Amino acid sequence: MVEAYRKAGGQDVFADSDIAHVVLERDRVMGANTVEGLEVDIEKQKPGMVAVRINVLAGAKIEKPVHMCFGVLPEKGKQFIDMDVEIGEKASVEVKADCVFPNAISVEHRMEASVLVKEGASFIYRESHFHGEGGGVEVKARSRIDLEKASTFKTYFDLQKGRAGSVEFDYASELQKFATLEMVARMQGREDDRIRIKEAADLTGRGARALLESRLALQDKARGEVLNELNAVAPDSRGHVECTEIIKNEASARAVPIVDVQHPSAKVTHEAAIGSVDSGQLQTLMSRGLDEEEAADTIIQGMLNG
Amino acid sequence: MREQNILVVKDLSLELDSNSILHELSFELKAGEVLGMIGPNGCGKSTLAYSLMGLKGYEPDSGKITLKGEDITDLRPDQRARRGLTLAWQEPARFEGISVRSFLSLGRKSRGREVTEEELEWALEEVAIVPDKYLDRMVDKTLSGGERKRIELASILLMEPEVVILDEPDSGVDVVALNNIGDVISRFRENDTGVILITHSEDMLELTDRAALVCQGRLFKEGDAREISGYFRDECLPCEDEDINRHREVS
Repeated sequence: MVEAYRKAGGQDVFADSDIAHVVLERDRVMGANTVEGLEVDIEKQKPGMVAVRINVLAGAKIEKPVHMCFGVLPEKGKQFIDMDVEIGEKASVEVKADCVFPNAISVEHRMEASVLVKEGASFIYRESHFHGEGGGVEVKARSRIDLEKASTFKTYFDLQKGRAGSVEFDYASELQKFATLEMVARMQGREDDRIRIKEAADLTGRGARALLESRLALQDKARGEVLNELNAVAPDSRGHVECTEIIKNEASARAVPIVDVQHPSAKVTHEAAIGSVDSGQLQTLMSRGLDEEEAADTIIQGMLNG
Repeated sequence: MREQNILVVKDLSLELDSNSILHELSFELKAGEVLGMIGPNGCGKSTLAYSLMGLKGYEPDSGKITLKGEDITDLRPDQRARRGLTLAWQEPARFEGISVRSFLSLGRKSRGREVTEEELEWALEEVAIVPDKYLDRMVDKTLSGGERKRIELASILLMEPEVVILDEPDSGVDVVALNNIGDVISRFRENDTGVILITHSEDMLELTDRAALVCQGRLFKEGDAREISGYFRDECLPCEDEDINRHREVS
């Protein structure tokens, strides 16, 4: 499992005893380590399904990022993860989750997550997917996120290696007073890949802030859909929705931003840009000697990494 | 400046939407020579730049472009660039997620040469940019138009082209940058790079060895930069005459 992850370009940190980690292949725990202030409980519930409870104790500052490696190694298989995360008051932690499906022909990966970030706590979650070239991965991720007063949650998702297959996200969040949320997703799809991102944030506390950002690069017959919803009901709440989708060939993209502001001192902005690679950028790189394909790839990678 | 022509443009014509934009334009450029192209707004200067570069939609209807003896008229922009012809844009594009370091390296790499850290630093210093502060920044909206122009010039310096077209390098830049453009042009001259300097500024013409006046898509007058500059100031700027043939009679 770790070997597959390493081959996909991942960092090998699983032998380091100072770094908390969890390695799960389907429903099998291949490795686990914890550090002071962090409680991890893994329980197999039924074949293919695992419950993972993560608890960061109040006031704990977990210095090094916690690494999680999930995946399915065979061509066919299922992995259902029921995740429950609680970050205690004024605690802070960063989690780096890598999901590896290198040989997938028919693989299902489902995640049902519940995240509670308590008052003054900070949680950063970075998830990278390494899919094979077969396009046989079906990812369904659903999260319910609750951010208490003055807490912070930042989540970054990227899928830039291999084919997406079918990816479906459904994240819903509620932010109390002065809580901050950042949800950023960057993915590329090709052939007949399907990507659907649904993110919603309710700014119910005064001064709550949220950013929902999605960047998709789609080619061939890939399809992408981004549905972002920001509801600002509290005074002084601020939000921004940004969606950029680049399409090539017969790919198609759709963006549906919903912005609902119910307080005069709240403000939400949104930007959406869908289209082919910008011709000015393309011509500039071609005038530096890159052919059209190289120039387009350079621009797309830049957009996804930017 | 060397004596041989590095770029020869012969009878270049281009129509866009049934309008003649470039009309039988011919000129030559020597290695290390700086040729100014001056003319009023809308006279076809930038279109000439795009056509020379071979950009999509600006392919000439007739005429021939020869670079170092090779006919490049039907080549794509990237093929022309790899042979040593490039363009510095009037309004350089922004690139999200592409660092100054990567951007600077692109042109040189496409010409089959690697770039060292020292060369990157040298190129930025040549355009009066502090390397440490900029190399890891992105070529995006966080850079001003003037900064992007300087970075573009640095990328072209590293590319070591045979011919560079500078499309209004003075527009939208401050006085310090203007002086710096002169230094960069001197560097191109030293490296035997031929420069086509497109401008509507008489000050910029002073940096050239020779100049040509473009009017309604034609090369109307060619010669000493001061003479062309004077003619442009006295005759072209106040002119509202759309009949170029009348000018021909006058001249």
